[in-house]
Amino acid sequence: MTTFTPKPALPPPGSTHGPLAWVRANLLSSPLNIALTALALWFLWLIVPPIVDWAILSADFGGSDQSACASEGACWTFIGVRFDFFVYGFYPAEQRWRVDIAFLLLGAVLVPQFIPRFPSRNWVGLFGLTGLPLVTAVLLMGGVAGLEPVESSKWGGLMLTLVLSYVGIVAALPIGVVLALGRRSEMPIIRMICVTFIELWRGVPLISVLFMASVMLPLFLPEGVNFDKLLRALIGIIMFQSAYMAEVVRGGLQAIPRGQFEAAAALGLGYWRSMGLIVLPQALKLVIPGIVNTFIALFKDTTLVLIIGLLDILATVQASIVDPSWRNVATEGYLFAAFCFWVFCFGMSRYSQALERKLHTGHKR
Amino acid sequence: MSDIATSAANDPPRRVLKQGAVVIEIRNMNKWYGDFHVLRDINLDVLKGERIVICGPSGSGKSTMIRCINRLEEHQQGSILVDGVELTHDVKNIEIIRREVGMVFQHFNLFPHLTVLENCALAPIWVRREPRHLAEERAMHYLERVKIPEQARKYPGQLSGGQQQRVAIARSLCMQPKIMLFDEPTSALDPEMIKEVLDVMVELAEEGMTMLCVTHEMGFAKTVADRVIFMDQGQIVEENEPHAFFNDPRNDRTKLFLSQILAH
Repeated sequence: MTTFTPKPALPPPGSTHGPLAWVRANLLSSPLNIALTALALWFLWLIVPPIVDWAILSADFGGSDQSACASEGACWTFIGVRFDFFVYGFYPAEQRWRVDIAFLLLGAVLVPQFIPRFPSRNWVGLFGLTGLPLVTAVLLMGGVAGLEPVESSKWGGLMLTLVLSYVGIVAALPIGVVLALGRRSEMPIIRMICVTFIELWRGVPLISVLFMASVMLPLFLPEGVNFDKLLRALIGIIMFQSAYMAEVVRGGLQAIPRGQFEAAAALGLGYWRSMGLIVLPQALKLVIPGIVNTFIALFKDTTLVLIIGLLDILATVQASIVDPSWRNVATEGYLFAAFCFWVFCFGMSRYSQALERKLHTGHKR
Repeated sequence: MSDIATSAANDPPRRVLKQGAVVIEIRNMNKWYGDFHVLRDINLDVLKGERIVICGPSGSGKSTMIRCINRLEEHQQGSILVDGVELTHDVKNIEIIRREVGMVFQHFNLFPHLTVLENCALAPIWVRREPRHLAEERAMHYLERVKIPEQARKYPGQLSGGQQQRVAIARSLCMQPKIMLFDEPTSALDPEMIKEVLDVMVELAEEGMTMLCVTHEMGFAKTVADRVIFMDQGQIVEENEPHAFFNDPRNDRTKLFLSQILAH
């Protein structure tokens, strides 16, 4: 009788390893690839140096007005001078410390989410979802605890963009989850209400939602009843985005095998517990890319509030560009606005990727 | 499976169950899927501690029948009493019954986002309201009984099929059920893993658990079952204690079925 001994595992051959092998395999694998690599390098040589020259080498940074921008390069002076306006809008200068505190709070909530080992990270996150919007609302609106009231019509710039998108994101996800569960409910009335809500809001452009919120709604309200324009826009955005969110979440719910529902039921878990403990954690994990996609879209869609007279960061940039005391600063202004949007959207994207890796627990089922 | 006909002499002595302790009582139960009559006039009494094996061709309604016992499927006519509680639309009763009835599925249905230990402790914590440390202690106890305590911190996706099914059994046992339902527990397993699951089930049977088991493992039926039930086309065709069932089937349909599954 012979015993079966498996052969030992050997390391792979050296030529398939390391940076040199990577370059050979990805950039120089065939004559066509060599030609394409050379072409790309030449193209980069044409493009990159002029950009670097314009944006950094011959750009103007200092100074306080148009006269400082005499050179050929970018006029970053414009951004520096207008920076406060881009960030705070018309928020009164002597009250801007309140906005700064709000920014610090936001940072204090967001930064730990990127540090896996941060102590009690989940509680910080929970505060971000519940306490932070309330604290920030009190802080920014004022009128209590000796804080001078600041009308929301004076809010603007990056601060307004962040308020709109943060509240939109924090509120749209839970409402979307409830709508998605409702749409899959076995109770016909609940299902009908949810389907109607989703199809109604999803079938209307956000612009018209905002228009209706700011122009038409006051017409239907009784005399004397009037609530804040910013609040109306916020509610419009939340309704609109939660309809989208509901459909994303429903996609995740449908991907959970029937066996999971059955196993939860057989163990005696009721509807809410089996949804909350078994189904939703898996479903939401599956649709993280879709959820973050919706968040990013929401973040950028907030620029539409410009049409109802709210000045978000893009609107403050546009308003400054047409200022006659500055000439030819449109490129710098738009680049700055684009950069601000990109930083936040890229941050969301990276966070979602880290979350997906963390929640990955091996194979399905 | 092949030596069943020859081993009659080695059968374990029949146990005598105490009469009257009926834990499951099914009376004139009927069920339809749309127009299709899947279960036809089912009558079945299960005694406390009884081990029943249910076999039959696919589509005969055997899975559907045991799934009616914990209301994963709804019956439309007749009555089902589990431990004296009748299954109706009353959610309270359904909850009570599901606490007392454990179920093991063909495809394990472990929760992939939770560790093995969390899978086992989840229901005791949330349904029985036990403190976490007690629930986890008991979970470890049952994981030891199914012989995989060392896997407690892993996720189900990291285990083999046989290990997953043993975790599923432990998960059910953690609720300390009075009755266990097995729905083809070994059908999705590789041949080398079937034995490890059957061993656990045999041990469980020897400890006196009331078991209803849909399976094609006739060796298991022969050594463990008190009664074998044969179903076809939604009806109970024949039921008997295993020795008589395998050696002297009375119905032609049973004979045909046995000859087919024991042919090779």
